[in-house]
Amino acid sequence: MRLLTHNMLSSNIKGVTNGFPLGIEVEKVIEKQVDFNPDFLRNMFAKVEWKALVDAARTMGYAELPEEADLSMLESDDFLKRFHHALLELHLEEGALVCPETGRKFPVNKGIPNMLLLEDEV
Amino acid sequence: MHRSLHAFRSAYKMPYRTAQIRLVSSHPEVYEPCDDSFALVDALLADRTNLLEHQPSICMEIGCGSGYIITSLVLILGQEVPGVYYIATDINPHAVKVTQETLNAHGVLAELVCMDIASGLEKRLAGKVDVMVVNPPYVPTPEDEVSRGGIATAWAGGENGRSVIDRILPVAERLLSDRGWLYMVTLTANDPKEICLLMRKKGYASRIIVQRSTEEESLQIIKFWCDSDIQDLNEATSSPRKAAASFVGSLVSQFPRIPFGKSQ
Ligand SMILES: C[S@@+](CC[C@H](N)C(=O)[O-])C[C@H]1O[C@@H](n2cnc3c(N)ncnc32)[C@H](O)[C@@H]1O
Repeated sequence: MRLLTHNMLSSNIKGVTNGFPLGIEVEKVIEKQVDFNPDFLRNMFAKVEWKALVDAARTMGYAELPEEADLSMLESDDFLKRFHHALLELHLEEGALVCPETGRKFPVNKGIPNMLLLEDEV
Repeated sequence: MHRSLHAFRSAYKMPYRTAQIRLVSSHPEVYEPCDDSFALVDALLADRTNLLEHQPSICMEIGCGSGYIITSLVLILGQEVPGVYYIATDINPHAVKVTQETLNAHGVLAELVCMDIASGLEKRLAGKVDVMVVNPPYVPTPEDEVSRGGIATAWAGGENGRSVIDRILPVAERLLSDRGWLYMVTLTANDPKEICLLMRKKGYASRIIVQRSTEEESLQIIKFWCDSDIQDLNEATSSPRKAAASFVGSLVSQFPRIPFGKSQ
């Protein structure tokens, strides 16, 4: 699971009102290189919740993102490269996602989060 | 590990335009690519020029099964639409694993999540998906088969085969961006006309891209897209009396006209 996906996931348990962002429990992180695409990053910047990304990246061991970011930074290659790495190249391979309200854990195995709910959670 | 994958991709420059059956992974409880899967990929191929022009940035599949469709979509858009975010879901944990293997075997990447339809993505992905593909469980069955689990989940569609489809449509509508497109497989028994009418009320135009009859079933692949003319019309006719009139009007115009209404 890449951090872009983490940025799009919320806890969907019945009764939870603010299920975003999910906490991350790290067992294993892997890195996969992907092509650098500034246009894509500029496009995604508007869609991403920045603080959630910064915190998630830090949990995954990457602390190179600025706490705050604005559109002007998209001009900087250095910024885009960090954003690229955090958003697309870090993968949570093993671990869990944690509902911020209930603490319920959603396991991540082989890079795939399991967000299935039990009957009493739907 | 990432280096060898990278080397693999650049060495072969992705020679296939769709997923190769021999590279599609399998599991006894995961739906194998079938006529319906092939028809959906054929529809994507038939619409390839439009897809390339569309330049989607987020593409999503609901119910990815073996991964045949999402892998094909990645390959079809390929290098010509670089930097797309692909994400696929399935309710069956075996299916997302098999999809991962299929993607790996083709040297392509997509994100996978095991969930019911898009339940954990609905909030944050709302209004962001530019292309959605769905080959839902569409076979008419007794209602209790839908939630029985196992391989039946792949095809059991409840009454008229509409149980899961009718849960997917509002989610699709929520997730699609203003310029979003939905490609969906339906069976004649699902009453595709009625589905188009339902979507039309939400502002979507539709067109049948592929129509196919096998010995067992008659399939359509329908493409839906947001049409501002329809939305305006819906708003203009939202008074009850006019709505009734336009309902009849759209029933009459539904099939012969909408399919060729716009060059989508
Ligand atoms: C007809 S199969 C299609 C598989 C594959 N996309 C293909 O075309 O070959 C339908 C898939 O939808 C999945 N599915 C059924 N109900 C679902 C739900 N509520 N949420 C997500 N996926 C679901 C099944 O597990 C199955 O993999």
